[in-house]
This record gives sequence, C-alpha cells and structure tokens, in this order.
Amino acid sequence: MYRYIVRRLLLVIPTLLGAATLVFVLMRLIPGDICLVRLGSGGTTFSEQALAACHAEIGFDRPLWLQYVEFLWDLARLHFGISMWSGKPVVVEIATRFPISLEVALMATVVAVLIAIPLGTISALKQNGWIDLVVRTFSIAGLATPSFWLGIVSILVVLDFTQVFLGHPWMPPIDYVPLWQDPVRNLSIVMLPALTIGYRYAAVSMRMTRSAMLEVLREDYIRTARAKGLLEKIIINRHALKNAMLPVVTVIGIEFAFLIGGLVVTEQVFNLNGIGRLMVLSVQNQDYTLTQALVMLVVTIAILTNLVVDMFYAWLDPRIRLS
Amino acid sequence: MTIAAPSPNATAALIDDGLPRSRGVFGSVFAFVRRQPVGTIGMVLVLLFGFAGIFADWIAPYNPTENDFAAMTQAPSWAHLLGTDQLGRDLLSRILYGARTAFIVGLTSALVGGLSGLVLGVASAYFGGRFDLFLQRVLDIVMSFPLIIMALAVVSIFGTGVVNVIIAITIPLVPRCARVVRSSALAIREVPYVDAARALGFSHGRIILRHMAPNVVAPFLIMLTAFVGQAILAEASLSYLGLGVQEPTPAWGLMLQGGAEEYATTAPWIAVFPGLAIMLTVFGINLFGDALRDVLDPKLRER
Repeated sequence: MYRYIVRRLLLVIPTLLGAATLVFVLMRLIPGDICLVRLGSGGTTFSEQALAACHAEIGFDRPLWLQYVEFLWDLARLHFGISMWSGKPVVVEIATRFPISLEVALMATVVAVLIAIPLGTISALKQNGWIDLVVRTFSIAGLATPSFWLGIVSILVVLDFTQVFLGHPWMPPIDYVPLWQDPVRNLSIVMLPALTIGYRYAAVSMRMTRSAMLEVLREDYIRTARAKGLLEKIIINRHALKNAMLPVVTVIGIEFAFLIGGLVVTEQVFNLNGIGRLMVLSVQNQDYTLTQALVMLVVTIAILTNLVVDMFYAWLDPRIRLS
Repeated sequence: MTIAAPSPNATAALIDDGLPRSRGVFGSVFAFVRRQPVGTIGMVLVLLFGFAGIFADWIAPYNPTENDFAAMTQAPSWAHLLGTDQLGRDLLSRILYGARTAFIVGLTSALVGGLSGLVLGVASAYFGGRFDLFLQRVLDIVMSFPLIIMALAVVSIFGTGVVNVIIAITIPLVPRCARVVRSSALAIREVPYVDAARALGFSHGRIILRHMAPNVVAPFLIMLTAFVGQAILAEASLSYLGLGVQEPTPAWGLMLQGGAEEYATTAPWIAVFPGLAIMLTVFGINLFGDALRDVLDPKLRER
C-alpha cells in the first residue's frame, strides 16, 4: 500500500508542473496588457514612463524564462504574490471568496447524495417498472438541463411564489454571512444555488448508483443471501448497497473536483461573490498572478480528489494496488 | 461543466457490436424504432431541432435579428407564438435559428474532438511504452482543467465567435475521448490479427486506422453522442457568460443572457423558452445515446 501511495504521489508532481506551465503559457498568449487597462481606465492619457514603471513593478520587463522560473519558485514556496488588478494579496482575494463557493459545493454534494442513492437504489430494485422509468427520466433530464437556466427559472418561481403568498417579491440576499453567524440568512443565500448544482450532480450519481446496484444484485452471494432467508432489507443495505458504493463514490469524488465549472456559471446567475466569478473576472482583467493562483488551486483540488478516490479504491480492492 | 465518466463496461464489449448487418438503412432504423421506443422519442426530438436548424430560413416567421420596437416583450400570441424579447425580436424565430448555432457547434466540436481523441487514444495504446506514458500525462494535465476554465482561456486568447467557441469546446473533449478509447484499444492490441497485420509489414498508420480504430467504434459512438449534448450545453454556458457566440447571432445561451433575469417577472417567456429548447435538445440526444448504447453494447442490454 505504501509503495502504491508513494508512486501515485510522485505522479502528481509532473501533472502539477504541467498545469503550472500550461496556465503560464495560456495567460501570456492572451492578447492585451494589464498595465494598459490599469493606466487607461477612465480614459486618462499616460506617459511611456508610467507604462514602463508599471511593467517594472509587475516584472514584465524581465525575460519570459526568468518570469517562468520565478513563478515556479514562488509556487513551490506557496508564495502567490499580489493581485495585479486590486493590489491586494492573492491569498486574501481568494480567502474572502472561497467559503461561499465551498459551502455551495458541499451542500450540492449533500443534496446529490440524498437524492441519488435512495432513488438510484429504488430504480435498480424496480428495474423497468414505472418508478424506474420516472427516476431515469428525472436523471436524464438533470443531465440535459443547463444549471444556469435552472437557476434563472428557480429565481423566477421564488419571485412569483413570494409575490402571491407574501404580497411582495422576495429575492435571496447577496452578501454572504457564515453559517454560524446567521444560519437563516446563510441558508437562504446558499440553498437555491446548491439545489440547482445539486440536481445535475445527483443525476450523474443516480445513474451510477442504479447501474452499480443492478450489477451487484446479479451476483451469486446475493442469491445465496436470499436463499438462506435473509430479510430483503438486510440484503440490500448490508450486502448489495455496500458493494455497489465503490463506483458511486468515485463518480461523486470526480464530479466534486469539477464542481467549479458549474460554480462559474451558477455564481453568475445568483450574483454570488465566489471563486467562480473571481476566476472569470481575473481572466478578463488579465490579472496573471490571481488567475495563475486560482487555476492552480482548482487543478490541485481536482488532482487531490482523484488521488483520494484512487487510494480509496486501492484500499478497498487489493487488485489495484498490487498490479 | 463536467463530463461524466463513461462506464467501464461501455468500453469492454468491442468485437461483437451486435449491429444489425444486412438490413439496409431503413431496416436498421425500423428495428431501432421497434426495440427502443424511448430512444425513438429522443431521435425524434433531435431530428425536430435538427430540421429546425437546417430549414430555419423557410420556417421562421420573422427575421431573427430584426428589432421591432413596437412589439417589445410581448406575451405569446398568434402573431408571435412564443412572444418577443426586450428588443421586439420574435422568440420562435430566434430559437429556430439558435438550433442551427447549437448543432453547428455541438456536432463540429464532438466530431473533431472525438476523432482526434480516437486517433490519439488508439495510437497511445498501439505504441505503448514511453509514448503512451508521456501522452497520458499530457492528457491528464489538460483534463485537470475544468472545461469551462479551458474554454475561458481559449476564448480570451482567440476572441469570441462561433469558430473560437468550437475550438474552446473541442480541446477539453479530446483527452476525455482519448482516455476511454485507449482502454478499449489496449484490449485489442493483444488480439492476434493485429500481430498478423504487423507481421505482414503494414505501416503503423494503416494498422491504427484500418485495423484497430474500427473495433473501438462502439464505445466511441456512444461517447460521441454524449459529447454532442455536452458541447451544446457548454456553448450555451459560454454564450450566457458572454464568452461565446456574440449578438446578433441567435444562440440559446445568449438569449438567456441580458433580458432573461431583468424581465423575469414581467416577461418570463424570455427566460423560459430558450432554456426549454436547450433542455429538450440535450434530453433527446441523451435518450438517443442511451438507446444506442443498448443496441451497440449487448452486455449492457439487460441493465
């Protein structure tokens, strides 16, 4: 097991290095210059000296390879620098926006698990029955629904609903407060985004639960369990579901790593000030330091999630770690 | 936007793809309709929107880009079946033309991304060794970028517009396809006829394209249909964020951008119909894809 973990950890290094290189190159390929944007905003004219000073401040006057080496060296020491746009430390910029995104992501996961596992299991147990048909349609529809549209429609429904029942339209508040400070306000901000992202997430996991359960239910040991007269409840909970969870956990893990993609759009719809919106803004502003840090954060989360899922797998299934 | 991991079983059944052979095109279609009623519903939905896109010039009642300030935010009526938007443009016409944009982007991205992934995946499995290891790492790196982030970067570099959106969506699809195809192709590499082809002195290119690629067609086709749906969703998301197709080109995601939220209470049809079009199209593609999987992959038929 240790050899497996070490090998997997070593494989993370080239991937991270490659991702760092890719984001470095991509950012420099984007045409434009943050100094022009910074100095020229508001239509003011500026001198060549001011532009040169700005370039020197950011470090653009140095050769590209040096910038690259410095970037990697800073990354290795976890020095993320200062946002080129706002002038605040990148760590602060991210830290202020990370909690809301993380909370939405975690709640979406809870929503997904709560919907996917029971529905997927029932669907498998009643294969080809009407429940199965409804559940499958519900899950395929979940894959087909753009999350931002679901967000818009849910806002629309809330507005109309509150108009009818409260007499005035109500919109969820925008400024984030942590859950422990004001749970009601916090949940009213986070609930709708979590549900809209969670639906899609649930759809993917539900399909996996169903097909994994169907596979397990055909195994000999399930037949043996039935033959020896075990209660159906015990067969399903203790014998079938436990074994079917492996691929489901994988899908939940992988999807979690990619939730950021859904967050980018959903945060836009709900006007949430999370890292998804920050990402779009930082790319548009050509804020190299901030974008690089954000992309590295997202990529690291993705890689680590994959790693954890793989290890979980290896721990459960000795064939993987020994091969 | 994420790409669901294809089930490992979808990649396993390769040699016997269970395709009806000598039935002819109509015979095959008929057999499909009879055995896959749900898939047929999907096919009909896809064809409906596909035809809408192709024949938009003839069926659209209005010019999709023409503003009519006398008819702004009108509710659905006989004159405007789905109502009008904040600039007085007919929503039905814009949705019909939007289908064209969606399918152009969806099909092109899926085909180009899928075929590149097919070649890379088979080549990776065929050559093995260092080439395989290197390619897998590169694909890992591209894949660790969420689709929307990759697309954001590409659009920022090349600018917005239909062609660049296609590029932006195609790139992240390549490694996803390559990975699945590779695992199927690894199994085929060991089959004797590939050795035989090598012994006969055929070129690498010929073995990869003529002997190996056709045998991974089943998982490939299944993935391709999924890609079309995912590409359409990605295009809608990008256009919604203002990073995709630009005005005045009619595109579904774009239609949801400006007015949809502002007019949510006064003119909800602006927000509802374009999203419904996206959903129904992708829904149709997914239903069809599922049915296709059942037909192409007999191992999964019972599940």
